[in-house]
Amino acid sequence: MIRIANITKAFGGNIAVNDVSLHVKKQEIFGLVGPDGAGKTTLLRVVCGLITPDRGAVSIMGSDPQRLEGARENLGYMPQRFSLYGDLTVMENISFFGSMYKLSRQAIRERAEEVFAVTKLSGFEHRLADNLSGGMKQKLALTCAMITRPGILVLDEPTYGVDPESRKDFWKILYRLNQEGRTILVTTPYMDEAELCHTVAFINQGRVIKAGSPLQLKRDFPYQLLEVMVGSRDPDLFRSLDLVLDSSFYGDKYHLVVADAAAARPAVIDHLARLNIPVLRLLQIAPTMEDIFVSLAEQEVG
Amino acid sequence: MSRILAVIKKEFLQMRRDRLTLGIVFALPLVQLLLFGYAIQTEVKHISTVVFDQSLSPESRDLTDSFTASGYFDVTSTANSYTAVTRMIDSGQAKVGIIYPPDFAENLKKGVPAQVQVVVDASDNMVASQAVAVANSIGLIKSQQVLFQRARLQSAPYDVRVRPWYNPDGITAYYMVPAILGIIVTMTMVMMTSVAIVRERERGTLEQLIVTPLKSYELMIGKVAPSIVLGYAQITVALLVGALVFRVPIRGSLLQLYLLTLFFITASLGLGVLISNIAKTQMQAMQMSFFVLLPSILLSGFMFPREAMPKVIYYIGAVIPLTYYLQIIRGIVLKGIGFPYLIGQVTALLIFSAIFMGIAILKFQKKIA
Ligand SMILES: Nc1ncnc2c1ncn2[C@@H]1O[C@H](COP(=O)(O)OP(=O)(O)OP(=O)(O)O)[C@@H](O)[C@H]1O
Ligand SMILES: [Mg+2]
Repeated sequence: MIRIANITKAFGGNIAVNDVSLHVKKQEIFGLVGPDGAGKTTLLRVVCGLITPDRGAVSIMGSDPQRLEGARENLGYMPQRFSLYGDLTVMENISFFGSMYKLSRQAIRERAEEVFAVTKLSGFEHRLADNLSGGMKQKLALTCAMITRPGILVLDEPTYGVDPESRKDFWKILYRLNQEGRTILVTTPYMDEAELCHTVAFINQGRVIKAGSPLQLKRDFPYQLLEVMVGSRDPDLFRSLDLVLDSSFYGDKYHLVVADAAAARPAVIDHLARLNIPVLRLLQIAPTMEDIFVSLAEQEVG
Repeated sequence: MSRILAVIKKEFLQMRRDRLTLGIVFALPLVQLLLFGYAIQTEVKHISTVVFDQSLSPESRDLTDSFTASGYFDVTSTANSYTAVTRMIDSGQAKVGIIYPPDFAENLKKGVPAQVQVVVDASDNMVASQAVAVANSIGLIKSQQVLFQRARLQSAPYDVRVRPWYNPDGITAYYMVPAILGIIVTMTMVMMTSVAIVRERERGTLEQLIVTPLKSYELMIGKVAPSIVLGYAQITVALLVGALVFRVPIRGSLLQLYLLTLFFITASLGLGVLISNIAKTQMQAMQMSFFVLLPSILLSGFMFPREAMPKVIYYIGAVIPLTYYLQIIRGIVLKGIGFPYLIGQVTALLIFSAIFMGIAILKFQKKIA
């Protein structure tokens, strides 16, 4: 559906996207996952034609990269920042963007109803967009992006700053739209959302460090993981242990990356006993997307 | 076309909800005209005057009466000495002192020039020049009368009368009100549109807008068109104030004035939208607007007659839309002339509109960075 080939884009001396190549297949939910400033927005803007890349090309549905204008009409884009008019009502916003595609009033009405049925935004047609909650704003933005019934949806952090309940809601909507046949390219800083994508590409400092399905990524993960709960909060608690390749602290627990869980386990217990720290919990877990990302990002740096 | 209409509709909707801006648009001509109009009453009447009459003759009293009768001088007090006159002027109690020497009446009778001294407080330039001019002409008229009487002529041998056409009474408001109207309109139009595009850029709404197939010219025209209505609303308010408060007569065709004003509005809007395409932030846009509006006010002939300007400055004035509009509006309102006399000015405004809008449309890129 979308072929991204060797895209590079720099702002001044700052390389935002560095030689990125990706392929988004038909009817998949493709997640671009990475921390702040990784280059996600820049890449999506290149896909939507808002930024001309320094190098590389984008092709949408096999279109000639030079003539994307036409192909882009089949693409709905939802920017990261709320980009609708706060001083227009929900319906006025939808009508306005519908008119940009020369849709008739009737068609706009019908399509809005259609999307409202999914997004549950009906009843708020006459409310000013500024007065909507964060979650509803995102749904409105999605509705506007859907007004042309595009085959491809490009969504930039659609759930950013939205409460967990609305985030779940929003993903349900994405799944439904996907089942109806739409291809979705979505960015997110949340690793739990990465699990929900069919394909995930980890992006860090402008580079894609790995891409694949969550399952595949987990299978390819060459290490094992230990989750440790102790009374300590020292982030460097396990630094001195050679068997622990990497450790991350998540507020109440540590995730330890090890080559062999069975071998590392006694070493960890020993280490904690020497320090007189009681172990509350210690078990091997399946790696989460977060673990995989952190580990990959660190390899990249190291 | 349907996209232009959609943009226009959106702009109107937003305008309607932006009460503050709307209020400013309507209040501006009202407040500005009243402030300016009253403040720029350059005519100075009723200047407080002190008289030191050492002659105490019917002749001296007659001349003092002439001064009073002119309406420009109010004899508020009399003095008994030079120092008293000086003191009164120093303290600001009087702006003008009239001093008759003791031999005033005698000299007049003898046919020797009878001197009268008029002292003027020149620290207030306006008052001074007015007082000097009027005092001089009173002196002249009085001398003539005496001369005629001596020569036993019924009337003066030469009778040169200057008739200031179009504005015979020299009423400043007549001259200023139409010009202020022009300034208000260009100011509002330029400032309003100068933020039109940058505001969307800053708020991020442009990002959603430019992924749509909306064309650059459609956006520019759609953005600018609603302001034309506002421009006309302002002009109507300003003309009403001018006619009702300052009694400015509109000698020419009102219809022509409205029609020709369109090109001035479009030129101002074009300039504004061009600024909006260049500026990176709303702040910058505002600063740039001031940067172009200031010379408009100074060099267009609003404040100073362009004919008296150095050549370079004169030509700079020729690339300012307001220059031409002042000629149009003063022409129609004060002179009562019509389109045939104003073709040059209208053409200039049309060219400005086309150039400004053209560059703005070409300059606008459907890109973020
Ligand atoms: N228009 C721009 N001008 C200059 N630098 C930019 C611009 N847009 C992005 N950048 C820089 O490029 C880098 C990548 O930014 P980008 O917005 O693509 O990251 P992101 O992954 O979307 O981050 P976030 O999660 O914060 O949205 C950042 O260092 C950013 O400062
Ligand atoms: Mg971003």
